Amino acid sequence: MFFRLTLASLWNRRGSAVLTLLAVTVSVFVLLGVEQIRHQARASFGNTVSGIDLIVGARTGDINLLLYSVFRLGNATNNINWQSYREIADDPGVAWTIPISLGDSHRGYRVMGTTGDYFTHFHYGQDRPLQLAKGAPFSDRFDVVLGSEVAHSLGYQLKDKLVLAHGLGSTSFSQHADTPFQVTGILAPTGTPVDQTLHVSLQGIEAMHIGWRDGVKLPGASHRLNENTRQELTPESITAFMVGLTSKLNTFRLQRQINTYRAEPLLAILPGVTLAELWQMTAIMENALRLTSALVLLASLLGLAAMLLASLRERQREVAVLRAIGASPWFLLALIEAEALIITVGGSLLALALLSLCTTLSADGLAAQISLFIESAAITRTAPPYLLAIVAGAMAIALVPGIRIYRSALAQQLTY
Amino acid sequence: MIASINNLRFHYAGTDEPLLDIPRWSLAGGEQIFLHGHSGTGKSTLLNLLAGMLLPDTGTIDILGKRISTLSARQRDKWRARHIGVVFQQFNLIPYLSPIDNIRLASHFGGKADATARAQQLLGSLGIQTVLFQRPAAQLSIGQQQRVAIARALINRPELLLADEPTSALDRTNRDAFLSLLLEQVAHNHTALIFVSHDLNLAKRFSRVEALADLNHAGGRH
Repeated sequence: MFFRLTLASLWNRRGSAVLTLLAVTVSVFVLLGVEQIRHQARASFGNTVSGIDLIVGARTGDINLLLYSVFRLGNATNNINWQSYREIADDPGVAWTIPISLGDSHRGYRVMGTTGDYFTHFHYGQDRPLQLAKGAPFSDRFDVVLGSEVAHSLGYQLKDKLVLAHGLGSTSFSQHADTPFQVTGILAPTGTPVDQTLHVSLQGIEAMHIGWRDGVKLPGASHRLNENTRQELTPESITAFMVGLTSKLNTFRLQRQINTYRAEPLLAILPGVTLAELWQMTAIMENALRLTSALVLLASLLGLAAMLLASLRERQREVAVLRAIGASPWFLLALIEAEALIITVGGSLLALALLSLCTTLSADGLAAQISLFIESAAITRTAPPYLLAIVAGAMAIALVPGIRIYRSALAQQLTY
Repeated sequence: MIASINNLRFHYAGTDEPLLDIPRWSLAGGEQIFLHGHSGTGKSTLLNLLAGMLLPDTGTIDILGKRISTLSARQRDKWRARHIGVVFQQFNLIPYLSPIDNIRLASHFGGKADATARAQQLLGSLGIQTVLFQRPAAQLSIGQQQRVAIARALINRPELLLADEPTSALDRTNRDAFLSLLLEQVAHNHTALIFVSHDLNLAKRFSRVEALADLNHAGGRH
């Protein structure tokens, strides 16, 4: 009977009740949406590299090294000499290395020169290896393996030929036009910057730069590549390299050794640590977003309290009737709280449904556009504590009209 | 005795003079009493005291042998739901609930099981058409609402029914019909009735007629 009365009472005020419910829906949607994206972005971010113990580059800032080597953002200040690389790679504590050579691009996507080890040792997420959706890793010097987004957005298929540009602009005027590359493989989506990268062999990088000096193609220098020039294809330098160790215990020893390397100034970072540092930099932004969504929620809950408070005037007769037939003041307080509960829970459930729908609908778009992978199932994990807090907040704020109706019920007399 | 009052004194907070000072008064089971008096003389206050909505400053009110002032607020609410029916001047019903649900709500507070069948029977005997049973009470005429209020007040078979000017919102024809139905129902249920009104034309239908001024020694009486 109590529930029936509550529903009938709300239905009687359906105009304002529905608007209030929608306000709650919007605010819960914003709050959970922000949380959802935050969690997923953090997870996605933390998952960019896995299983790599050290990243080594020319001496620069930790974050800068991480940005250009892993996120393909910004530029290396300097290169690493091939000899230095070989020396460190031959250290007994080193199990494997992945050399990286950056500096060229293709229609806005960066080109990375590396070795076949990249496809076996580079891991992301929870120790997941790279997988080819189609084709095979590069084997010839003019083979290229595309990240999933590159292939998707530029519409490349296996065996397509493409020309790489010198430098990083999307409309570079210096094209390596005489050394076209052929697509031999397309990687499966990873949700990491790998998706936006074109992978070629270090030999390919060297080969296309033959006859170039300081970023300019020498006039009259044609491309004279034949079997005899293979010797030249060992690069003089690389941009950075990733290191896998035989034992984690060697991590700090090797890091110190690299950081104090005599022949040239080098820097070794632990990718996990630097990723965490980098994420810290986004904390202000993140907190601003959370604060905003919390304030939106507060506004909607205040709206709920205002709606209930405004209803008290028209409820005065109901209070008189209910008191006369034996309702205690607590009953009326409970009635207000129950109405607040129904509106809040209703609004929250609607928001959850909307959010699931939106994430499902936008999942592909987000993955393709900004490589943000959203699992719609994740809402059910992150939402409950928030929903509990929201409901508790609504209950607390509904005490304002609730206590007022309690008092008026206490003072109520029989006659109306 | 359904109700007995001894040495009752009552004043509202913020006033010096007691509004009510009733040395002795009682009501027998099934008795129907017409209580009249000018407005502001404390008729409604007396009803509130009898219903346990207000407590006396001094003196005692016993209803069905129970001393009202010894009960907690919560117990008084339960007590009222079970043993006392109330009919106001108007606005007796929750406007968005149907007559049936209004009555079931009263029965819910009286702690009774589902009373739908008895509610229907009561409404029928009060001349409410079946089609109105499930309509929101606000759609009923005032006369119909007042009759539903009788059914609502009687659903828990109370020993005492308090009616505070229940006919003042009705026209003459409706008033007489209403009073007849009310007296008939309370007689049928053997419920004692305190009928408060200033309309002395109605007094002739009652066996016992009292003026509050005769009971009440407050207000600088003589």
